[in-house]
Amino acid sequence: MATDPRAERSGRGRALLAGAAHLIWPALALALLLAFNAAFTPGFFHVEIRDGRLYGTLVDILNHGSRLGIVALGMTLVIATSGVDLSVGAVMAIAGAVAATMVVRDAASFPAVLAGALATGLAAGLWNGWLVSRLRIQPIVATLVLMVAGRGIAQLVTDGLIITTNDPRLAFIAGGSLLGLPLPVTLAAAALALLALATRKSSLGLFLEAVGDNETASRYAGLDARGVVLLAYAVAGVCAALAGLIEVSYIRAADANNAGLFVELDAILAVVIGGTALTGGRFYLVGSLLGALFIQTLTKTMYMKDVSADVASIPKAIVVILVCLLQSPVVRGRIAARRRPP
Amino acid sequence: MTPAPPDLADGAGRDARLLEARGLSKSFPGVRALDRVDFNVRRGEIHALMGENGAGKSTLIKLLTGVHARDEGSVRLDGEMIRPASPRQAEALGISTVYQEVNLVPHLSIAENIGLGREPTRLGLIRWREVRRRARAALARLELDLDVARELGGCSIAVQQLVAIARALDMRAKLLILDEPTSSLDADETAELFLVMRRLRDAGLGIVFVTHFLDQVYQVADRITVLRDGRLVGEYEAASLSRLELVGRMVGREFSAERAAPDRAKAGAGGQPLLDAQQLSRRGAVDRVDLSVQRGEVVGLAGLLGSGRTEIARLLFGIDRATHGGIAIEGRPVRIRSPRDAVRHGLAFTPENRKADGIVPHLSVRENIVLALQARQGIWRRISRARQEQLARRFIDVLRIRTPSPSTPVASLSGGNQQKVLLARWLATDPKLLILDEPTRGIDIGARAEIERLIDELRGEGRGVLLISSELEELVRACGRLVVLRDRRKVAELVGADVSENAVMEAIARHGD
Repeated sequence: MATDPRAERSGRGRALLAGAAHLIWPALALALLLAFNAAFTPGFFHVEIRDGRLYGTLVDILNHGSRLGIVALGMTLVIATSGVDLSVGAVMAIAGAVAATMVVRDAASFPAVLAGALATGLAAGLWNGWLVSRLRIQPIVATLVLMVAGRGIAQLVTDGLIITTNDPRLAFIAGGSLLGLPLPVTLAAAALALLALATRKSSLGLFLEAVGDNETASRYAGLDARGVVLLAYAVAGVCAALAGLIEVSYIRAADANNAGLFVELDAILAVVIGGTALTGGRFYLVGSLLGALFIQTLTKTMYMKDVSADVASIPKAIVVILVCLLQSPVVRGRIAARRRPP
Repeated sequence: MTPAPPDLADGAGRDARLLEARGLSKSFPGVRALDRVDFNVRRGEIHALMGENGAGKSTLIKLLTGVHARDEGSVRLDGEMIRPASPRQAEALGISTVYQEVNLVPHLSIAENIGLGREPTRLGLIRWREVRRRARAALARLELDLDVARELGGCSIAVQQLVAIARALDMRAKLLILDEPTSSLDADETAELFLVMRRLRDAGLGIVFVTHFLDQVYQVADRITVLRDGRLVGEYEAASLSRLELVGRMVGREFSAERAAPDRAKAGAGGQPLLDAQQLSRRGAVDRVDLSVQRGEVVGLAGLLGSGRTEIARLLFGIDRATHGGIAIEGRPVRIRSPRDAVRHGLAFTPENRKADGIVPHLSVRENIVLALQARQGIWRRISRARQEQLARRFIDVLRIRTPSPSTPVASLSGGNQQKVLLARWLATDPKLLILDEPTRGIDIGARAEIERLIDELRGEGRGVLLISSELEELVRACGRLVVLRDRRKVAELVGADVSENAVMEAIARHGD
């Protein structure tokens, strides 16, 4: 049976639009914040080229937002399954500790270091996924285990030391640049492209959304719900490990106590700002990246406005409240009721 | 203040009426759950409250126990008008309830559970010795001898049930409501419970007994109230209402000989059965049921609520594991351990609770339709978008699914159309056998007729259908063969011309072995 190619095209166009419609809110929030800075923060948009590389506040935001963005991408898949991964910060620390230890102590080859760090993240993700999908422990509790224990594991790996390294190849991950932009930006873009392809060109995306929306119905439809959930946590673990590598490379040290500290909270916030609901179901990878950029821009703005770090959490909290309000069915219902003609 | 305990010695001497509810009504959005129902319980009687799904039993109980507020009507307890606003108030008034799922705290001791929330204190400290003494006294009233220091979670369900009753009695109850108390008990445990119930009745308590086991009703109940579709059908002396009459009242069809036999050209193709289950069992759910479905045959599972209909479907589809018995598909023995296995063997299942277990509400009609087929193909062999659209449009067309577009979220469709989406999901996988659990429940007349016609078409295409329905009329219309269940067992198999509502009711009502 032949399909009408026009109908097909318009169908695809609609789907694209429907996806884009969800990006309006995070994009709008980011635009508002940038507009604020354009008006009140001198030099915010100043960008210059030095040694074939871009420098400026915006570039810093992209650079430092990349780590959060990568963690948020993995978190998106987990949240789509109506789960959450609190251990990503600890996994960053473990992966960083493994990488630094392999470089310094074992003088391992660079590919081995990369593989070691990412495999660490994979193992951590599989552990979380196993607890959640097989043992059916609530995601918050299951990932809390590694969140709490993870930094201790990282300490064990580094023997309780902060391992510093000046290895040029490791330093290149955060310090290098490609097409004028810092390498972490490229890595985040690559992670986005890879995950977007993997979820939308296979049926993984459909399965994640189905499991997150109604796990029982998905199981009854013959779906391997446990496998899907396991995969989501595994991806989140690998993403966290990649972010951990960038972190080690950036500060040139593995700090078990502070690497990725509280990143899980920012990542969850980024995902939620990006339009993916904590109740699971539909997810938006691009939205999560926009959410991460928004958070990074907010942080940077407060820094440049000399807001002390001690009170910087307050504006962030206000943003969280606003986002939660927008997602609350009660508030949405009231807004819809007001819009509806009497 | 605490109400005075019922005068146990002199219960019969006073006015026998304990509870009088008049014209109780309750509506929920879109449903009139209870419509002007009268309900009377006497002192010193066991009163069975009977009705099928949606009859209004649980709504009635929730009104009496203060879980919901009534819309209309009045309730008198001991001659006094009452209007409990919470279960706690109802308990203080003397109405205690023991629910099917024992709602006690498993990690506390028996004594603590009995005393929970009303511990005697001195100077703000709990007097534990007094707590234990009261617990022992409460148990003694039931003539039970249990170690009150034991942790409750370690006791059997039956003991937990009895502790729940003891707790209810410790509240100085006049009316005790037991909601499906026997559904997780075995025969001995049930007998023990009945002993206690009779003892309490003889002591003057009014007991409301909700159950779906007919045999048990006739074992202990003095009187029976039947509800159907939120209305009162009648109040009867148990001794003067035959089982057959009771079943007829519950399902709303009078026993009659004149019903025209419907078209019987619905026998299967014969030969090797598509599905053959032997001695299918699962503890507490299904007891040694034989069942087979031929190609081109609609087999019905008839029986009252809780008779094991849905449980059989769940076993066949791999949602629950059978503890005993075997399943063969097209003559080959198979092991079905998960819905995935079942789908691989060509089975399909639309669950009874469409909203909770069937649809994926926020995904589109198209995504819901392709879900099972895509699940069978696996993650990597994605069905192209074009093919998905084509499948969705075809089934929307064939099944006449009324939806604004294939990309509409399925939650916004009507119940009938959601059911059709579920059928489309399975038809896309070209199944050999469809297990349909209450496919027309909560669906308007028009869509119902369409689904019934569709079932007949599926049969015509040579597929097998196992149909579960609480509507006898529907089963008799659709099925060439009916397996009748009662109390988790198969009690009859009706074929061809023998399929009739009368025969089903007779089979259900016939005395236990």
